Amino acid sequence: MENGDNPNVEEFQETAGESSITIRLESFEGPLDLLLHLIKKEEIDIWNIPIAGITEQYLEYLDIMKELNINVAGEWLMMAATLIYIKSKMLVPQEKKPDEQQEEEDPRTELVYQLLEHQKFKNAAEMLYTREEVENSVWSKPPDDALEDGNEVVAVTLFDLLSAFREVVKRFEEQRVMELEQEEVTIEQKIEDIRRRFLVHDKLLFSSFLLEARTRRHLVVTFLALLELVRLREIGLYQKKAFDEIQISKLKETA
Amino acid sequence: MEPVEIQAIMEAIIYVAEDPVKPEQFREIFPEESKDILDQALKTMVESFNARPGGMMIREVAGGYRMTTRPEHHERIRTYLKTRPSAKLSMAALETLAVIAYKQPVTLAEILAIRGKKSSTALQTLLERKLVAIVGRKAVVGRPILYGTSKEFLIHFGLNSLSDLPTLEEFSQIAGEQL
Repeated sequence: MENGDNPNVEEFQETAGESSITIRLESFEGPLDLLLHLIKKEEIDIWNIPIAGITEQYLEYLDIMKELNINVAGEWLMMAATLIYIKSKMLVPQEKKPDEQQEEEDPRTELVYQLLEHQKFKNAAEMLYTREEVENSVWSKPPDDALEDGNEVVAVTLFDLLSAFREVVKRFEEQRVMELEQEEVTIEQKIEDIRRRFLVHDKLLFSSFLLEARTRRHLVVTFLALLELVRLREIGLYQKKAFDEIQISKLKETA
Repeated sequence: MEPVEIQAIMEAIIYVAEDPVKPEQFREIFPEESKDILDQALKTMVESFNARPGGMMIREVAGGYRMTTRPEHHERIRTYLKTRPSAKLSMAALETLAVIAYKQPVTLAEILAIRGKKSSTALQTLLERKLVAIVGRKAVVGRPILYGTSKEFLIHFGLNSLSDLPTLEEFSQIAGEQL
């Protein structure tokens, strides 16, 4: 949401023919945010991160991002390499001489400090956000531009979306629906379909859209259509609290 | 001049000003008055202005004085103006801004090290919105550009000076409790 425009989907291109859509992640969160997200979600003790489990989940998210054609930048792969390196170091049994006082340093330490440092600045950013809220509520002469576009800030992170997506995919695979129907829904059709729904409803659950999908491709198309509508600021995503169900609400009248 | 009259003129100037009015600007307007008298008049005027239960208040922002509406009335004012809350900064931009505010002067590479991700788009937004400015170049190989926050930053976040910001230690304490 550079310039304050919302959903952080910085680039969203669709080329004709094969729907190859690229989402660039820069204005989304980075690898450290994903790790913090996982740590909070799983209520993990930061001083004792189960590195094997976290690495596995991290790689799983990377796979989902790749499947959705999200352009995974170098720093994501760097972090994956770091995690695997730490994991391998922890597997190597450490030679411990009984009298040696010097303890081997935990290979996770550096990462932990990096995460804490990152969380610190995230908190500072929250503080700025609150201050901005207050400042947006006062006017001075001359009055602020009357023509400000009203967009709301998404309280939902990319990872919330991806984890919602992941859960639906899991359920989907468990059901093992046979992919017989060959109806190819395009993103444009899906967008129109979603717009029509919001003519009647003001609020809907994010998962309700994904649950309707009958094929995996349909699922991906639905997900991308929702992202596009967020980008166009026709809909906004909200959570009542972190990791809560994601709600979609209509932001403006759709034609 | 009578102090009451000085106070009235100060109030009027703060009203018409576009930018926060600094105390030294009043000295140019009242060259015949002493600094002490002007400072005292300003203080008395601001205090009595803010003591009345009116719709306006005078706040210290970016080292000067500015007259604004009171935040508690924003909903009805917005109804009148028919506006929605203005475009806010993204979390990516806010995080980048937080790093710059606390670590300034800082290079793009240093921002990257803290955020663990590229921040050039966010930085571009901040430069465009004039919240961040180029403050020099670092005396190392490649002479990278150094960034710092601007006066606009203080105004945007209602700060009188950078020292109004909570310390980083306070945030690290919170971070420790969260994780």
